[in-house]
Amino acid sequence: MAGGAATGGSVQSETYREARTWLLLPAWVTLGILTLAPLTIMLVYSFLTKEFRGGVIWEFSLAAYDQFFFDRGLFGDEPPRIEWTYIGIFWRSIWQAGAATVLSLLIGFPTAYFIAMRPQKERALWVFLVTIPYWVNLLIRTVSMKFLLRDEGPLNEGLMAIGLISEPLGIVNTNLAVQLGLFYSYLPFMVLPIYAAVERYNLALSEAAADLYAPRWTILRRIVLPSVRPGIVAGCILVFVPSLGSFLAPDLLGGAKTFMIGSLIEEQFKGNAGNWPFGAAASMILLTMVLILLILSARPSRKGVR
Amino acid sequence: MPQNTEIAIDVRDAVKRYGPFTALKKISLSIHDNEFFTLLGPSGCGKTTLLRMIAGFEDVTEGAIFLYGEGIDALPPHKRPINTVFQNYALFPHMSVLENVGFGLEMLGKSKAEARARAGEALEMVQLSQFATRMPSQLSGGQQQRVALARALAPRPKVLLLDEPLSALDLKLRKAMQVELKHLQRETGITFIFVTHDQEEALTMSDRIAVMSAGELQQLGEARDIYERPRNVFVADFIGETNLMEVTVDAINGGRAQCHLGGGHKLTCDAVEGITPGAKVHMSLRPERLFLSVEPVENESLTGRVREMIYIGTDTATIVDLDGGPQFTVRSSNSSRGNARTFEPGTEVAVNMEHGAGRLLVD
Ligand SMILES: Nc1ncnc2c1ncn2[C@@H]1O[C@H](COP(=O)(O)OP(=O)(O)O)[C@@H](O)[C@H]1O
Ligand SMILES: [Mg+2]
Repeated sequence: MAGGAATGGSVQSETYREARTWLLLPAWVTLGILTLAPLTIMLVYSFLTKEFRGGVIWEFSLAAYDQFFFDRGLFGDEPPRIEWTYIGIFWRSIWQAGAATVLSLLIGFPTAYFIAMRPQKERALWVFLVTIPYWVNLLIRTVSMKFLLRDEGPLNEGLMAIGLISEPLGIVNTNLAVQLGLFYSYLPFMVLPIYAAVERYNLALSEAAADLYAPRWTILRRIVLPSVRPGIVAGCILVFVPSLGSFLAPDLLGGAKTFMIGSLIEEQFKGNAGNWPFGAAASMILLTMVLILLILSARPSRKGVR
Repeated sequence: MPQNTEIAIDVRDAVKRYGPFTALKKISLSIHDNEFFTLLGPSGCGKTTLLRMIAGFEDVTEGAIFLYGEGIDALPPHKRPINTVFQNYALFPHMSVLENVGFGLEMLGKSKAEARARAGEALEMVQLSQFATRMPSQLSGGQQQRVALARALAPRPKVLLLDEPLSALDLKLRKAMQVELKHLQRETGITFIFVTHDQEEALTMSDRIAVMSAGELQQLGEARDIYERPRNVFVADFIGETNLMEVTVDAINGGRAQCHLGGGHKLTCDAVEGITPGAKVHMSLRPERLFLSVEPVENESLTGRVREMIYIGTDTATIVDLDGGPQFTVRSSNSSRGNARTFEPGTEVAVNMEHGAGRLLVD
């Protein structure tokens, strides 16, 4: 067709536009159904009135948020005071998740660095080894962690056998047990992004620093760490965020004193005793905190200020 | 030329092996204080390896390296008063230009103020003062190169190592930097060890040149030595352009060797050690030391026919087929005082040698 060539350009761009609409559809559907819809439901529910057997009454109410932040006495008629219970649970969760993140970083960074320094051919194998435990269900892994840590478990028996301790450490049901559980649950999320960053790191920079009289630790601190910082930030977020909302580890490894947000929210939706608007409100508050954290960590960084 | 013959770097019988592969085979060389010294050789001949051994990034498999008389093989890189300009610059991407340049001084324990001041001076030396607060990614390749240079010079090392620092620059910038580098070396008085695979660059810049090939030192000397008195076929061929001929030595008389090449053409040149009558050896004839004439100038000139003439700006290259012998390239200058003449292809000409044009090569 002779005329085809002349109009080809615009025809093509029109088809292109159409194709783009269709090709983007799955992304929009996914985003809509899997992200926006549940969030909207949660947001709406958090502003509704609770139904005593679970569920909601379609009536606007701030009661859930009020219950989270304020204490108005047993009958709700006293002047409001700050309610510390839930803020305390949030605070503990942040602390637990933070400790788990630090632990993951301390173990995960050297692991990732080690893998990135292996010969190219070996690296895939090492990454595979790191991820193997994660083929097993999280519940099973957390339970086995409990078996590992309990007083009659291999850790205590082993330490006692070699005479390092004379009686069990009593780790289970403590904050430490929860932190170890969280650490174990999410370690690969720390290792993998850091590994990716270290692998891309230009080793000549370390040589240049050594050439300019920097000893090893200074090279790590001043050159390597700032260069792989995006990987570290990503790893920390990927461990911190799910740890914060986790309920398996605190439920299985912790006790009454290690109650975390995840468990609090879980309780509100479980069985008939729950309070859906309150659970939704707690979720929204958690989400807000996470969003603030993400925004803070996503700010472009201009080197460590000294 | 070096004023002072104190030895800055002394490499003694250095061998470097990577598993079964020998990258350096017993290299020995002494680099003088205050010298612009060049390691020249084709890619893969071991220049970087030798430089990295001097900087401390590679162990010396056998032999030893001395810095002003002291063995440095046990010193890690950060304890050697030697700095390097890396081939790909290796600037710290998260630090400003000034911070990059001040890094070495800071590591040497200089106060912040002194580090800044001296980094500023170093930037001034390379004319980059106005870029002090920029990040490396905001600079052009040539500017990054100069930052790398300032960074390595700022701590005032005893020896500066430069690994093909100009190879990523375009020709014009490269020429300008050659002059600038040479100038900086004179100004600072620091011993430079410069690595390049570009023979022209080496000839332009160096006080002395070490020509390397396949992990071995082929020849060490001043530019003129190496160009005019190459010791072997590799050096003659690698440095500059040359006519490399196989000749047979007929007789040696009073320090002159009478030879002939294919087609019975006779040539005489200075004899060199290790050559006996009857030997088949190579002779190198630099094209610019030859000239053409219609009639033979002396009884020894070579006769042939012009194949083609190639105009190359400053010079004209004429390719001549010797009668019954090999092909020759003759270069003549195109300047008004030059000797370029135009010959039609097929013209019978004589190829004449300036005195000392021919050089016999032992191996
Ligand atoms: N780490 C290494 N392992 C094995 N062989 C190497 C290593 N580094 C360099 N080589 C080999 O040593 C030889 C010299 O390399 P190099 O010093 O980089 O050459 P140049 O700088 O002259 O181009 C090359 O053949 C190279 O393949
Ligand atoms: Mg090299």
